[in-house]
Amino acid sequence: MELLGQFNYWVFIVLMMTGFYVVIARGNLVKKIVGLNIFQASVFLFYISMGKIFGGTAPILIEGADDTVIYSNPLPHVLILTAIVVGVATTAVGLSLVVRINEAYGTVEEDEIQQLDEET
Amino acid sequence: MSVAAHLPALQVALPLIAAPLCSLLRRPGVAWGFATLVSWVVLVIAALLLAQVLSEGTLIYEMGGWAAPWGIIYEVDTINAFMLLIVAAIGAIVTPYARHTVTAEVPAEQHNLFYAAWLLCLTGLLGIAITGDAFNVFVFLEISSLSSYVLIAASNDRRALTAAYQYLVLGTIGATFYLIGVGLIYMMTGTLNISDMAERLPDVANTRPIRAAAGFITVGIALKFALFPLHLWLPNAYTYAPSAVSAFLAATATKVSIYVLLRFEFVVFGVDIGIANFHFSEFLMPLCVLAFLAGSTVAIFQNDVKRLLAYSSVAQIGYMVLGVSFYSLDGMTAGIVHLFNHAMIKSALFMVMGCIMLRVGSVQIKDLHGIGRHMPWTMFAFVLGGLSLIGVPLTVGFISKWYLILGALEEGGYGFAIAAAVLISSLLSVIYIWRVVEVAYFKPSPHGAAEITEAPLGMLIPTWLLIGANIYFGVQTDLTVGVARQAAALLLGIDL
Repeated sequence: MELLGQFNYWVFIVLMMTGFYVVIARGNLVKKIVGLNIFQASVFLFYISMGKIFGGTAPILIEGADDTVIYSNPLPHVLILTAIVVGVATTAVGLSLVVRINEAYGTVEEDEIQQLDEET
Repeated sequence: MSVAAHLPALQVALPLIAAPLCSLLRRPGVAWGFATLVSWVVLVIAALLLAQVLSEGTLIYEMGGWAAPWGIIYEVDTINAFMLLIVAAIGAIVTPYARHTVTAEVPAEQHNLFYAAWLLCLTGLLGIAITGDAFNVFVFLEISSLSSYVLIAASNDRRALTAAYQYLVLGTIGATFYLIGVGLIYMMTGTLNISDMAERLPDVANTRPIRAAAGFITVGIALKFALFPLHLWLPNAYTYAPSAVSAFLAATATKVSIYVLLRFEFVVFGVDIGIANFHFSEFLMPLCVLAFLAGSTVAIFQNDVKRLLAYSSVAQIGYMVLGVSFYSLDGMTAGIVHLFNHAMIKSALFMVMGCIMLRVGSVQIKDLHGIGRHMPWTMFAFVLGGLSLIGVPLTVGFISKWYLILGALEEGGYGFAIAAAVLISSLLSVIYIWRVVEVAYFKPSPHGAAEITEAPLGMLIPTWLLIGANIYFGVQTDLTVGVARQAAALLLGIDL
């Protein structure tokens, strides 16, 4: 029960490690960016999970409601909106670098680029 | 309200607003002039802030009038005022210098965008230093990082693209680790304000999320400031970036990240909390020693002078963090003063390389034969900068090493071994600086080298300004060591 109750956090860790593995293990520059994206997305889930509590409702004041109403914390959600924007910007810069690498080297495979660099 | 009251906000807002305006200035010279003007105003603001902090103590600026811990506040104390001055001063010197090298290395139609990214990078670095909010640090970290990826890739060498890509991947991993760490702290304390965190943390200090947060933040930030063995992105990035970008980033980007480390290890995770005997120095100190021994050794075998200087940077980062990891007033003073000193040394040396790149078109050691006769002023600047890097008396390098060795000796026991390692590393730096000086002065110039002329004044003046600062602050240490000591005392919670 304890383990299942923290289901969200397990998903976060699995996604994080999956993304991290893809970044390290793949030689294709586009795939690396995708891995980086999964890695960042896992953190979004982490922040979203921590703002939510069982039985918590949207953080909008309800008129006439008693004190027993529980609200979810909106702040992590707002924070993660910013982090999503940062993530999108990073992906955009990363992919545009890949486009330019492809123009300059004619390939997006890491080992082939390394070979081309060694030849010159 | 007078303008003076809004200086902390202006410090960041000015370059931030100037950046998009700069991208509209299509004429290369105009974009450069505008960026230079902004960088000078930024320096004036930073100097005023430091003066204000030194006379009145910590400044708190509430963004939009929202009080902490709900609003974002800018908290300027001795440490960040000093960091702001370092970043702003390097910005104000390197921006005017950039004109000739950027004209030579970046296509003219991209100059407006280049200087816009330049100002954004400056914004990010200043923002990291000034803000008092942990999440805000992340945002500024990404502003500075994203713009520095663009700046590095602006070079005409295609290897710069892969270097920028590599930096992007590792930099993003570092920043995301930091984000996870901040998230974990927020979970446990419910605040993002750094001083507020420090107050609330003792209650939950001995919990697993906080320990995990300390790990994530330390490793993430260490990736950003390229602590050995997380330095893999640094040599390529500094080698292939446009010369002006190398000079600017080498002096500022890693320093600001070290400042973030200081903030977290000493203010948030606190000296006296010592989370379950978790002292980051225990595992950072050996890495620092490895960093400067390995960095200096690898630097000796480099044939590209920019790459040589980059590996030397890896070594110097080792010195800075080593000083900090002693947890003593002298050690900490050494670490902080070296942030400032190394910024001046490395920036000056990279600027010299920019001059050589402009005139010779290469910074390979084999292409520098006899260059000392064709570019006497440039090479003499390299000699003085090199002496400062080695740590010869009357230069700033000596001041840093002096305090570092004092700090090491205070530790007793293993401190002697560390002091010896510092000396060995300094001797190694004599070798790599000498390799360059030897070919430049004592080898005959190759045929066709006669046309090589001295670098333009627009580049020599900023370079010599920094070299002059190297000597000036090597003799007159009141400002640098005095401020660094105050900052160290503040971090360690000691009253001077």
